Amino acid sequence: MSAVSVRLIVNGRESTVQVHPMARLLDVLRQDLHLTGTKEGCGEGECGACTVLVNGELANSCLMPVLQADGARITTIEGLAPRAGELHAVQKAFIEHGGAQCGICTPGMILAAVSLLERHPNPTNEDIRNGLAGNLCRCTGYMRIFEAVVKART
Amino acid sequence: MRAYLPAYDLVAPASLSEALQLLSAAPGALRPFAGGTDLMVLLEAGKLPESKYLGLWRLGELRGITETAAVLSLGALTTYTDVLRHATLQREFPLMYRAAAETGGIATQNHGTLGGNIANASPAADTPPALLVYDAEIEIASVRGTRRVPYARFHHGYKKMDLAPDELITRIHLPRRPAPALAYYRKVGTRRAQAISKVCLAVTAGADAGRTLRNVRVAINSVAPAVIRCTRAEAALEGHALDAASRQAAVDALAADIAPIDDIRSTARYRLRVAQQLLAEALESRV
Amino acid sequence: MRASIVGTAVPRKEGPSKVTGAAQYVDDLTLPGMLHGVTVRSPAARGRIRNIRFADGLPWQEFTIVTARDVPSPNRIALILNDQPCLADDLVNHAEEPVVLLAHPDKHMVELGRRSVTIEIDPLPSVHTIDDALLARTVVWGTDNLIKSYLVSRGDVDAALRSAHLVVEGEYETGAQEQLYIEPQGIIAQAGPDGAVTVWGSLQCPYYVHKALTSLFGLPAERVRVVQMETGGGFGGKEEYPSHIAAHAALLARKAGRPVKLIYDRAEDMVATTKRHPSRTRHRTGLDRDGKLVAMDIDFVIDGGAYCTLSPVVLSRGTLHAAGPYFCPHVRIRGRAVATNTPPHGAFRGFGAPQSLFALERHMDVVARQAGLLPHELRRRNFIVQGQTSAVGQVMRDPVEMDLLLDRALALSDYHAKVARFQKENAGHRVKKGIGFATFMHGAGFTGSGEDLLASVVEVEATAAGRVRVLAASTEIGQGTNTVFSQIIADALQIGYEDVDIAQPDTAAVPNSGPTVASRTAMVVGRLVERAALSLKKVIVDAGLLREPYTPAEFSDACRKYISTRGPLRTSARYEPPPGVRWDDEKYQGDAYGAYAWAVYVAEVSVDTTTFETRVNDFVAIQEIGKVLHPVLAAGQIEGGVAQAIGFALYEDVVWRDGRMANGQMTNYIMPTSMDLPPIRVFFEERPYAHGPFGAKGIGELPLDGAAPAIANAIEQAVGARVTRVPITPEVLMEVLERT
Repeated sequence: MSAVSVRLIVNGRESTVQVHPMARLLDVLRQDLHLTGTKEGCGEGECGACTVLVNGELANSCLMPVLQADGARITTIEGLAPRAGELHAVQKAFIEHGGAQCGICTPGMILAAVSLLERHPNPTNEDIRNGLAGNLCRCTGYMRIFEAVVKART
Repeated sequence: MRAYLPAYDLVAPASLSEALQLLSAAPGALRPFAGGTDLMVLLEAGKLPESKYLGLWRLGELRGITETAAVLSLGALTTYTDVLRHATLQREFPLMYRAAAETGGIATQNHGTLGGNIANASPAADTPPALLVYDAEIEIASVRGTRRVPYARFHHGYKKMDLAPDELITRIHLPRRPAPALAYYRKVGTRRAQAISKVCLAVTAGADAGRTLRNVRVAINSVAPAVIRCTRAEAALEGHALDAASRQAAVDALAADIAPIDDIRSTARYRLRVAQQLLAEALESRV
Repeated sequence: MRASIVGTAVPRKEGPSKVTGAAQYVDDLTLPGMLHGVTVRSPAARGRIRNIRFADGLPWQEFTIVTARDVPSPNRIALILNDQPCLADDLVNHAEEPVVLLAHPDKHMVELGRRSVTIEIDPLPSVHTIDDALLARTVVWGTDNLIKSYLVSRGDVDAALRSAHLVVEGEYETGAQEQLYIEPQGIIAQAGPDGAVTVWGSLQCPYYVHKALTSLFGLPAERVRVVQMETGGGFGGKEEYPSHIAAHAALLARKAGRPVKLIYDRAEDMVATTKRHPSRTRHRTGLDRDGKLVAMDIDFVIDGGAYCTLSPVVLSRGTLHAAGPYFCPHVRIRGRAVATNTPPHGAFRGFGAPQSLFALERHMDVVARQAGLLPHELRRRNFIVQGQTSAVGQVMRDPVEMDLLLDRALALSDYHAKVARFQKENAGHRVKKGIGFATFMHGAGFTGSGEDLLASVVEVEATAAGRVRVLAASTEIGQGTNTVFSQIIADALQIGYEDVDIAQPDTAAVPNSGPTVASRTAMVVGRLVERAALSLKKVIVDAGLLREPYTPAEFSDACRKYISTRGPLRTSARYEPPPGVRWDDEKYQGDAYGAYAWAVYVAEVSVDTTTFETRVNDFVAIQEIGKVLHPVLAAGQIEGGVAQAIGFALYEDVVWRDGRMANGQMTNYIMPTSMDLPPIRVFFEERPYAHGPFGAKGIGELPLDGAAPAIANAIEQAVGARVTRVPITPEVLMEVLERT
C-alpha cells in the first residue's frame, strides 16, 4: 500500500504529511514533523511518555494511527508555552518544585497536569493522583509532581 | 515497534452504510478498528494480524447515548470518558460508571470504546461484568440488516463470538429498571490504576417485599475463556432470603461456575479464593 | 560572604530544557545517512549454535549483517572478568543472548529482517536456580558455577552460637527487579574512515563504554569518543549494559560505513538487559540473656546470571552490609555469587545491599519476637556506636546516632500509638493495619580501595566569556549532578549559580571522574569539583588579578584578563583517599567505606484479607546524610528511591519461564502508579562528613535498602504472616497465610 495524505494542526500550525495511515502519531510527530519533545517509553500505552492533547483531550500518541488524527488539533509539549521565552505555569512549577528529574516522563506528565487543571481548577489530592495515573514516573515517587500541580494552580 | 507497516492498510469511511458495504465486499479481509487502544498494542508487539483495517471513528451513527423510557442506548463508539460524563448512566447504571473508572488511565478512557472492548473479547475485560448484570443487549448491523443478541449469549468461547466477519456492533442497549437492592462491583487488579484484572466481580439483585432475592445476576471476568454469568451461584440465591445459608451456598456454587487458570498475572488458586471472598463480601449487604 | 547556594533549592540546571521538550535524548538525534540496527537473540537458555538461517525473499544484500566472525579477537566486552562475548559465537549461555546484528536504512525492513533470521540451537542442560547452581551437577560457568565468594570472619561464631542463650534461624529471598527507566536503552555509533568510533548514548558511565570499545577494537584512547546524551533514568541499568549496545552499533557502523542507531524497544530492554540480582540469605543469630547479639552467621548467595559482569562487586556490597548497623563480637558472613543460564544480572541502585538488608531487618523482627522483645528494643540494645568496630573491622570514627534516628522515626510515624490502635481495631475489620520499620545504613563511594583505583579526576576551567565550566565524566541522569556541581562551584568561588556551566560528558573533552554509581557523585566527585575550583581561584589570586573579597563580576573580569594575557585557565583535582582509611582486599577487612548514611524507615500498611492486597498508607524516611546539599533534590532522591523500593517489596515480580522473562511488557511488569504510593515523608539529620563537599555523604542508593523489610515487618504485625521473601504479591501473601 502507499502513503496517504493526512492533515494535522499541531501547536496551531497546519501540516499535511504523506505517511502510512497506520503509522503511529508519535512517529509522525517525531520524525515527519521533527517535534521530538514527545517521547516513546513503552510502545504499549502504559507509561504515558507519549502523551499529547488531541482536540483538547489526552491521548497516548503511541496508540493512535495517524489517520485517526486527520484534521485534529494536536498540542505537544513544544506548543505549551504561551509565548517564546515564556513558560506555562505548570512548566515553571515543575522546575521550581522538583517535578522533573531525568525528564523523560516530563513532557507527557506536564500535558496530563495541564489537562487535569483545565478540568479541575482546584483539584483534590485524589483528583491529582487519578488525573496523573496514566503517566508513570520512575524517578520522583510522584510527590514533587503533585506539589508542582498544586502550586501551579495558585 | 515490531510491526512491518507495509503489510497493513487502514481506511476510514465516513458513513455506516459505506463501512458495511466495504465489509460485505471483503469478508474476513477487512477488519474493524475502533479506538485502537487494544489493536495498536498488538501492532507494536508485532502480533496484529497483517490485514487491511476499517477505521470506524468517523461513523456518527455509532456515537452518542440516547434515552427512552425503557432503554438507555449507547453507541458502540461510546468511550469510557463518555460513560464517566453521562449523568443518567452514573445514576441508573452505577456499575458501568465504576467499570469505566477502573479502565486504564485518562488517555485510554478517552479513546477506548465499548464496542471495541466487546469485540476484542478479552476474558479480563472490566466493563462486560457490568453489561452482563444489567442484561445488556447488543445491536449488530450488516448489509443484510440489523439484529440483536443478549450480551449474555454473545460470547461462546475464547475470542469466539456471535459476530460475522461482515458485521459491526452498532449499539449497546441497557434496559432501564428500578434500582436493584444490591449492587456490587469490585475489580482486583495488579495495582490501583492502569491494571489488568486478576478477577472482577459484579453482582446485582432485587428483593421483593418479603426480602426474597429476585433477578439475581452474578458476573465475573478472568476465570473463564470469556466474561461469564455465574448461573449456579445465581440459582443458589434466586428466590431465597439473603442469610448465612444462602450466602454460603452461593459461594460454594461459584467454584463450579468458574475455571480459573495460572497465567502471567496470577494463579488459579488465588483467583478462586478471591472470587469466592468477593462474592461473600458482595452478599454482606442487607437487602 | 554572601548567603550559601549549597543547601538551598536553586532551580534544576537543565530544568528548562526538560520541561519544554528541548532536552536531547539519544532517540531525538538523527545523523545523515543513518541506518537502523537490530539485534537477533538466542531463543534458548543454553546450547550450541548449529546454524544461522536467513529466510528467503528478503533483500539481504541491502542489509549490513554482523556476526561473531566480524568481531575482533578477543570477542569480549571488557568489564571485570572479560568472560562475556560481544556476540555469541559457538555457545549461547542465556536466552536473549545477542548473536546476529542487522542494519538497514528502513526501520520497518530492519524489523522484518530480525524476524527472518533463525538461530538454530542444539540445547544443552541448563541451570536456573541458586540451589542447582550450588549443587553444580550441571556446570555452566568455570569449574563449579561459582563466580565469586567472600568470607568475613570475626571471632568464633560457632562457639558463640553453641553458648548463646537463644539461637534463631531464618531464610529470606529476594527476586529479580527491572530498573524500568522510562527511556529505553539506545546508542548511535559512527565510524571514521580510519576505524575510529564515536558513540552517543543513554548512559551513566562514558568511560566504561570507552574502555569496552578501545579493548574490543584495539584502538588507542583518542580514536574512541563517547558522548552522553540526556539520559532518561539509569538506576544502574545503564552502568555497563550500554557498552554492549555501543559495541554492537559500532560493529555495524564500521561494516556499513554509515552511522547506525540502535535503540531498544521496551520489550527487548526488559527481557535482554540486566536486572537486580536475586538473592537467598540464611541467618543464624545468637543472643545472650540481655538480648544482645553474640553471634551472626550469615550465608548470602546471589544469582549472577550467565556471565560475571558486576557480580563480584554486587556481592561485595551485599556482604559488607549483611550485618547491618549493629555491633556483634562474633560474625561470619559467607558471600557467594553463582552463575545460572539467565540473562546476566547487573547494577541496580543499592547493588546487593537491598538484598542482604531485607534479610537482616526482616530477621531482626523475627529474632525480637522469639526473644520476647519489642522490635525497637532489640535494635536499641545492639546498635553500633561511635568508637565500636563493625563486622569487617571498621572503627566507626564518625558519630553514629541510630538511637536518635529511631526515636525521631517512631515519633514522626506515631508508631507506638498505632501499634496499640491497630492491635485493638484489627479484630473487627477485614482490612488490617500494621506498622513496621527497618534500621540500616549505606556506605557511600566505592568499597575499600576502589576509589583509589578509580583515581578520579575533575577539571574546572574559566572560559573567555568569564564563565566557569566543570569538566567531568559524571552524568546527569535525573539525580541532580549538574545542579549540585553548579552549587558547589558557586559557593567555592563565591560567584552566581547562573555563572556556571557543566560540560556535556564527552570522553574527547572531559577527564575520567569515574562512573556515576555507588552513591559517589556528590560525595567523591563533588569534593573534587570543590578542590579544582579552589585551585582555579588560587591561580588567579596568585597572578595578582583577584583579591578577596570580590564580587562575581570581578571574578569574571579576572578570569577574562588571565586568559587574554596568559592563555587557558584550567585546573584539575585528583582523588585523594581520606587519611587513615585502610582496607585489606585479601582478608576482606578494614575501612569498607569512607562514610555511611544512617537511616530508619517506617511503613504503615493495610492488608485487605479479602484480596490479600497490601497497600502502604504512610511512609516515614529519616536519614543522617552529612549535609543536605539541595533540599528538593535530596528529598527527591529519597522519595524516588522509596517508590522503587515499594515496587521491590510489593509489586515488581519477574516471571521466569525457561530462563527468560515472560512478563516483559509494562502492562505485566507492575511498577507503582501515582495511585499506588503513599505520602512519602522525608526527614534529614546532618552530621557533616569531613571529606565530603560541605560535609555531604552519598545518598542515591540508601532509600532502596529500608522499605522492603519495613513493609514485610508491618505485614507480619497486621496479619501474622511470617513473610520471608519479596515481592510480597497478593498470591504470595495468600500462600503464607494459608500455611500460618
